[in-house]
Amino acid sequence: MELTPEERSILGGGRGEAAKRALQYQIEVGRFWGAKRFVPVTNVHMMGDIEVMGDGGLAWLKEEAGSGARCVVGTTTNARCMDFAHCERMGQDAGEAVKEKELIAALRRMDVVTTDTCINYQTVYQPHLGEHVAWGDTGTVIYANSVFGARSNFEAGPAALAAALTGRTPEYGFHLDEHRKGTFAVELKAKLDDLADWGAVGKLVGESHQNYYAVPVFHGYHRTPGADELKHLGAALASYGSMAMFHFAGVTPEAPSMLPNEKMAVSDADLEAVYRNFKLGDGDARLVVFSGPQQSLFEMKNLSDLFENRKVKGGSTCIVTTNSAILQQSRDLGYAQVLQGAGVTILEGVCFYILQNLSPMREKNRWTNMVSNSAKIVNIIGAHRFNTILRRTADCVEIACSGVLK
Amino acid sequence: MSITVNRAFGPVVEGEAVVSEEGFSPRYDLDRWSGVITKPGHKLEGTSIVDKICFFPTAKGGIAAGWAFYDIKWKKIAPKAFIFGVTNPVMVQGAVFAGIPITEGWSPHPREAVKTGDWVRVDPARRIIEVLRRKA
Repeated sequence: MELTPEERSILGGGRGEAAKRALQYQIEVGRFWGAKRFVPVTNVHMMGDIEVMGDGGLAWLKEEAGSGARCVVGTTTNARCMDFAHCERMGQDAGEAVKEKELIAALRRMDVVTTDTCINYQTVYQPHLGEHVAWGDTGTVIYANSVFGARSNFEAGPAALAAALTGRTPEYGFHLDEHRKGTFAVELKAKLDDLADWGAVGKLVGESHQNYYAVPVFHGYHRTPGADELKHLGAALASYGSMAMFHFAGVTPEAPSMLPNEKMAVSDADLEAVYRNFKLGDGDARLVVFSGPQQSLFEMKNLSDLFENRKVKGGSTCIVTTNSAILQQSRDLGYAQVLQGAGVTILEGVCFYILQNLSPMREKNRWTNMVSNSAKIVNIIGAHRFNTILRRTADCVEIACSGVLK
Repeated sequence: MSITVNRAFGPVVEGEAVVSEEGFSPRYDLDRWSGVITKPGHKLEGTSIVDKICFFPTAKGGIAAGWAFYDIKWKKIAPKAFIFGVTNPVMVQGAVFAGIPITEGWSPHPREAVKTGDWVRVDPARRIIEVLRRKA
């Protein structure tokens, strides 16, 4: 790779051992992908918690923090695996909670801003057109590339942290114009009145085109979609299709004026088939989850409206996850009180699918099914052996309150 | 018999091949405490990948997979190398971080050249995988 004088200085130890190691690592990754050079990044979003990192990762991180590793650009953290206020009641390990606190302390020592959110793009930082960033999880990356026109690859935890320490990332993939062009067109004939419908579109389009470099171009939709709708669409495309970018005619900044030759369409009938195809298993309706991604303020308001004067059925569990900022606003506005009054558990700073101890939690509660309005979470939680069922938001609330699965 | 790969990272390694017809995620498919593929219905369900040279057609999974390679290496249950038909940035970032050799792209397809149980050598610098011994 072609290195600037500043990069050669980092390699020579001019910015300390941690930055040197980080750049050496980034050069190996860049070489693999044929990157010719680095691009400076302005913002980093990283995944790092004890559930994903394990004891080895924690030991490595503590050593990094101790050896003077410090972020040189604004760096935030993704959703993590524990809400300490709920750990004990959720049956999570006290020993792992201690490690999680050590991990958070090490990150803060490195100047990481521990926001613990997967909706940084809605609540923390909105990059502009053409801005290079180094983000993960996948839902944040596809939103950055598509809706903002910013530029990021999927950056795994170690890669994002390296970018934070060096202030740059290898130039390959979605940093380059050549990978940002639409590769197939999707006509949206369906009404898409619920967030779950947008996730279902992501499932249909993603499953049929699994490829990091596939970029769908949506067109023909009858109105302007909102941020939460694009969030569920993007999260599902990334999850089912491993995709990092989409275009939406008339909506996203880099949408092309000409459609690609390959074409597909999504109709209301296609969506009904998606819902119908989720098997109901043994009919267990005792777990309903609103998570993956965390809820925005408007999602919290909508849930609060739907749960007003209702109660989660005895023996059932309904979980909502969001970040600390949204939760605080939801308290100020009374949404959180309505939800909690209805028996909903609100978890802060986490995502349901990465909860520490989730499999034993499932066994202890004898949960077999998980119902959600998020197409992403119903896709990725399979390793914990849940049978998952996608339903529209109001239907999820009805299932939570009635205990009847339809 | 040998296979040429398009991109590669890591030192030369030798080991027993495990050839999969299905893609792989260290989080969706693998028990990260035993190194055995446990995802119900995975074509390699019940197979250990510890110390193996693993051939997978595709990579699955999201960002969380990035730390998983270092985690399994630390627990001494990592494979010796990952050989992918098509991979994604997270797999590469994770494997490089853990120091596990990884390659992408292949010719010919492994199904024509190597079987599970064969002894193979991966040479990332030369971008070549050689079958040294057939399974007895």
